[in-house]
Amino acid sequence: MSSWVLYALSGMAMFSVGLVGLFAHRHVVKRILASNIMGSGVLLVLVALARRVPSGAPDPIPHALVLTGIVVSVSSTALGVALARRISRLQAAESDSARSRPEGS
Amino acid sequence: MMDVLLDGGLALSLPFLAWLVLHTEALSQAVVLFVAMGLMSALAWARLEAPDIALVEAAVGTGLTGALLMHTLSWTEETTPESHTRATRWVWDILAASALTGVLGWAVLVLPTDSKGLGPEVAARLADSGVEHPVTAVLLNFRGYDTLLEIAVLLVAALGARAVNPRTDRPSLETEDDPLTGELFRMMTPAVLLLAGYLVWVGAHGPGGAFQAGAILAGGGVVAILTTRMGTPRMSSRRVRWALLTGPLLFVAVAVAPLFTGGRLLEFTPRLAGTLIFVVELALTVTITLVLLMFFPGARPPKVEPEGTP
Repeated sequence: MSSWVLYALSGMAMFSVGLVGLFAHRHVVKRILASNIMGSGVLLVLVALARRVPSGAPDPIPHALVLTGIVVSVSSTALGVALARRISRLQAAESDSARSRPEGS
Repeated sequence: MMDVLLDGGLALSLPFLAWLVLHTEALSQAVVLFVAMGLMSALAWARLEAPDIALVEAAVGTGLTGALLMHTLSWTEETTPESHTRATRWVWDILAASALTGVLGWAVLVLPTDSKGLGPEVAARLADSGVEHPVTAVLLNFRGYDTLLEIAVLLVAALGARAVNPRTDRPSLETEDDPLTGELFRMMTPAVLLLAGYLVWVGAHGPGGAFQAGAILAGGGVVAILTTRMGTPRMSSRRVRWALLTGPLLFVAVAVAPLFTGGRLLEFTPRLAGTLIFVVELALTVTITLVLLMFFPGARPPKVEPEGTP
């Protein structure tokens, strides 16, 4: 068994763990982590497939795609974190106003 | 023998770490494990002869994402509320994940192994691309569309992140009293600048380029936000806006220029290609650094002050 097969299977396993985790968890940080893990798994499979040709250097096209993928995944994570931050801020404000209203009335 | 052990260990540890990340109760532990997983996958990519990706993963995927997630934890509760109620479900989780892995793994293992891929084609045209490193040639010449649109994705994400949280958090005042962190930043800055400059320059011949350099500069910038009085760059500043647009504008100009002389979009003449790619990479480095830096929301998490309290 050549080493790319090992890494490709490992990438699939990461993707599966991430997908199951995405459905199993409700906490927003866990979901962001799960989607990141899924992304890492897919990228690992791509890089492993680039090594599939037995001789010579690895295929540079998947490498370029994965570089693009990492940068896109960090920007999606950042957007997700920003949205989550906003949600928690709004929720905190809402629960505060809900708490203070009965006392005031 | 050592190689097989190393590859096998890495290949096993990555999904295991991923599982641990999702099943630890404390969120701070989960984020630390996630960073460890990122470093392990950088190692895996080095083993798969992808040094460009290993560099970007170590700097962006692990460093900056880890910092962002760590920062996230400062405003969220420490343990997930549902973690103790679902302790019995993990057997089913493992079963589902293994079944999915089996199906997907079968789909990959039955792929034909005699395909040569696109490697030989890239190698044949490498002389026309203006650079000597195949990955840089693919990113900025053969598949320039991808990189151009990727910069657009980065800009949109930065705009979106800023649109939902428009206020930047001011740096706290106590950092300036700490002599150690300020000194650390002063000592680190020249090395960071030198390394980033080297990475842009070396992109033409070897692993390196705008993304790696931008990631390292942004990492230095995050340290600056955390240890000095510098705040996150503000979108309202005119200079920040122009710096954000440097990369995309220059890239679009270079992409469109051939249309006026009868060429096609994103077509580089072989004589000028090397210079153009270098200039575009320099401009992209500025934009990537700033975008990645703007993702980091500031030194202090915003404490939501209850409005009714005195």
